[in-house]
Amino acid sequence: MKKLLAIFIALLFASNSFAASGKVVVVTSFPKDLSGKFKAAFEKKYPGVTVEVVGKKTTAGIKYIQETKSNNGTDLFWASAPDAFEVLKGDSLLAKYTSKVKGIPSKVGSYPVNDPDGFYTGFAAAGYGMMWNTRYLKANKLPAPKEWIDLAKPIYFGHTGMSAPSRSGTTHLTVETLLQGNGFNKGWAKMKNIAGNFKTVTARSFGVPDGVNSGDFGIGIVIDFFGLSSIGSGFPVGFVYPTVTTLVPANIGVIKNAPNSANAKLFIDFLLTPQGQEILLDPKIRRLPVNPKTYSKAPKDFPNPFKDSSIGAAVKFDVLLSKSRYNLVNSLFDVMITYRLDDLRATMSAIYKAEKALGNKNNPKAKKLIADARALVAKLPISEAKANDPDFNKIFKKKRKKAKDISKYAGTRQAEVEADWDKQVVSNYKQAKQKAEQALKSL
Amino acid sequence: MFKNLFLKSTAIFIGLFLFIFLAVPIVQVFYVSFLDQNGHFTFLNFYDFFQSALFIESLYNSFYVASMSVILASFFAIPLAYFTARFNFKGSVLIQSLGFIPLIMPPFVGAVAMKLLFGTNGSVNLMLDQWFGFKIPFMEGLNGVIFVESIHYFPFILINLISSLNNIDRTMEESAQTLGAKGFRLFRRIVLPLSMPGYIAGASLVFLKVFDDLGTPLLLDVNNMLAPQAYLRISSIGINDPMGYVIGVILVLTSVAAVWVAKLALGGKDYSMLQKGGGGMVKRNFLPHQKFFAYSVVFLILFLVLSPHIALALLSFGTVWSFSILPDAFTFSHYKAVFENSVFIKNTMLYCSIAALIDIVLAFFISYIVLRTKFVGRQLLDYIAMSALAIPGLVLGIGYLRTFYSVNLPWNDKPLASWWFMIVIILAVRRLPYALRACNAVLMQISKYLEESAETLGAKKTTIFRKILIPLMMGGLLAGFITSFSTATVELSATIMLVSTETDAPLAYAIYSYMQTAAGRGPGAGFGVIGVLIVTAGTYLSQLIIEKNYKQRGMEAKID
Repeated sequence: MKKLLAIFIALLFASNSFAASGKVVVVTSFPKDLSGKFKAAFEKKYPGVTVEVVGKKTTAGIKYIQETKSNNGTDLFWASAPDAFEVLKGDSLLAKYTSKVKGIPSKVGSYPVNDPDGFYTGFAAAGYGMMWNTRYLKANKLPAPKEWIDLAKPIYFGHTGMSAPSRSGTTHLTVETLLQGNGFNKGWAKMKNIAGNFKTVTARSFGVPDGVNSGDFGIGIVIDFFGLSSIGSGFPVGFVYPTVTTLVPANIGVIKNAPNSANAKLFIDFLLTPQGQEILLDPKIRRLPVNPKTYSKAPKDFPNPFKDSSIGAAVKFDVLLSKSRYNLVNSLFDVMITYRLDDLRATMSAIYKAEKALGNKNNPKAKKLIADARALVAKLPISEAKANDPDFNKIFKKKRKKAKDISKYAGTRQAEVEADWDKQVVSNYKQAKQKAEQALKSL
Repeated sequence: MFKNLFLKSTAIFIGLFLFIFLAVPIVQVFYVSFLDQNGHFTFLNFYDFFQSALFIESLYNSFYVASMSVILASFFAIPLAYFTARFNFKGSVLIQSLGFIPLIMPPFVGAVAMKLLFGTNGSVNLMLDQWFGFKIPFMEGLNGVIFVESIHYFPFILINLISSLNNIDRTMEESAQTLGAKGFRLFRRIVLPLSMPGYIAGASLVFLKVFDDLGTPLLLDVNNMLAPQAYLRISSIGINDPMGYVIGVILVLTSVAAVWVAKLALGGKDYSMLQKGGGGMVKRNFLPHQKFFAYSVVFLILFLVLSPHIALALLSFGTVWSFSILPDAFTFSHYKAVFENSVFIKNTMLYCSIAALIDIVLAFFISYIVLRTKFVGRQLLDYIAMSALAIPGLVLGIGYLRTFYSVNLPWNDKPLASWWFMIVIILAVRRLPYALRACNAVLMQISKYLEESAETLGAKKTTIFRKILIPLMMGGLLAGFITSFSTATVELSATIMLVSTETDAPLAYAIYSYMQTAAGRGPGAGFGVIGVLIVTAGTYLSQLIIEKNYKQRGMEAKID
């Protein structure tokens, strides 16, 4: 027994014996395929410095940095979604740093590359689009989609998928882009028409490319690098940007009180050098470099937002509006779509049947019923004005609210609001389904 | 007096351990659920829960799925356990070990493998579609969850049942036979009741696990169940959202209730056998047609429950597998990536074996204290330890960060929460209920009189442990060790919060990080296969030890 104990104690100490000298600790949401390549290249260039990569989901990464701030051991936070950095910035957990590397434009698409306040730096760009499994589409005799609205066509019923915006910061941007590009009410109507065809709403953002790659469903709404890297890894898939998309930079920022801040800055500079930017073109990574010159080394058909102005330019993305209603939009999506997908699908299926029966027939009564049904599906449980009301949005703030913060809606609880929305949504879907069935009967 | 002092201090030590590493986070969960927006005490959150149609539906769905999973899992487990424990069955050790593997479903990659096999466009459905022109929605909605969960967790019933059957005293059966009982009557009056503690232990574990399981519904994108609702609320609305905690409280309460109901089911009956003959039931030989039937049933079940792992192996050797019955081509290259990163494997072996060791030691003492002593509050130990089942790993992980991050280690000034041993502790705490159920079940079958007579003859408590209890409980202890060890190898939700450097990360974490990329699927599956192999080898080895144990005691007499 004593021997065993001695071994255990020896083991306990062994793993802590290496002394830290010349390292940089990076908390990142990026997969190993990406972080590993940069780590190797950086360590080759600076042999004295070790890059310690800590992979965590974006939300977990934020949580980790928040919880460990009293005793910070992290130098860099490295992730996609700019709003994650906004959270850290808001908690003053980031330190300012502006890289000296030249040749990076100030905007990609219509989105600024770097944080205007200098707390985080964009190093790659990404935009949302659609990926599809070619074998799946062929087997089901479906055409590849081109625009978002294609996904609302009845032929795609049960063939598409997306992740929930509450689960993935980048998906949130897609939804918000759709809302800003089409207007709040029309945007949601479009979103729900698209969602009516969903086979699934995945809980992880990578669940979507996973499902398309496996052939579990045919078409997924994904961020470009999921599509491009799946192609790069040999899967029989394709990818396209629709006209309404937003290019958003993926970022890196120095953590406040970073123990190795000099190395951290070195790492950021390295990402922006031509050598670092080229790594982004790796077939397993495939993200859009922010240095326009790097595109000369890209493979044919690689999208270039600095040349092809149609990518990501259609919508002028309002960051502040997005930020002000961030949690409300997520919650609305979950209540109307994620949690009530079965109801929504059943309703859409009934509408499709009625529309098919209607065809080109002149039957005003049925037409009216179908139009009513579609309007009921589109109906929101909240007005645009209220959704944009900063006071109302305070109910959805992540931080625990103080009574004085929510004076106008004091005592209103998020769960209460959501239960009320849910009631309205379920009843709307149910009524819409009944109308569609009535229409079908009258034909 | 010494013996009581020893036991009492052990009880206090265990209580303290559970208090620090489990109760504190649970209390935090309970506490938040009773706070209103101003931080005042309120019941409104619970009112909101029962006002929400979605939550009520989720509660109902969770109950439905958990109960159906127990039933389906019993269909898998009972034939395997009965045939192999009751009859002279060639390869029964191998079958019992293989039957254990489904418990080891590596995170993410397991679900991907299942979908590739049973999904709408998985191998099985593609074949059905080609040959017969129809598909079976194995993986859709709640039925999908039931299907996957019962494959995943049926080993809990299997191992506990086998352990019970092996512990049935041969003389019981023989006396019954002498008195004229045979056939079904013998089964109903002797075998069935005596194997009840094992079955109930296993079934209640399955119920609890399924009720609380997060991964499976999430990966099948089923949101309308309690655990996913809690997780989604905490991770998307924020750690301060009270509803996530309300759901957490309801999960904990249900778990405690399930343990209580299981106790009631066994209550009032004495399952112990005085003469611990061991050796299990008299092994019989099959008649030829029985043999054919039994082997067919066993192989069918094995094939079904092992299919996810067959798919996993294919995935790890396959190049691209997409909308096809089998991968396009095969390669070894994924394993290169696996062996270049073998540090993850080493970490997992180390962490999980220490954690499982801690578990059986704690479980042994807890079940002894609960079943054999009259200490005040001894039931509380059991309930607290069991409630670990109901604490979502994510919440426990965050609780650990909160509680232990500001404490520094004395020797290198690093935060306690970032020390790798904390991963071991969290694994031990989360897997303790498994070891505890196993220990409870075997200890219940051992008659108190054995210890009492030893005591009367002057044996010390430690001698009784060493000479009587531990040898008699060996099977249960090993079963507990394996269950804790192997389920710990694939634990992710809590550890992901605590991993502070990649060099300290376990296998499940590696799988997670590989499975976030299109190209990482192969290596991720490779890591999964390695994990499964480690666990299989461990299980097989301990099964051999158990068998050898019986042989040594000369109980392996074959009666034809």
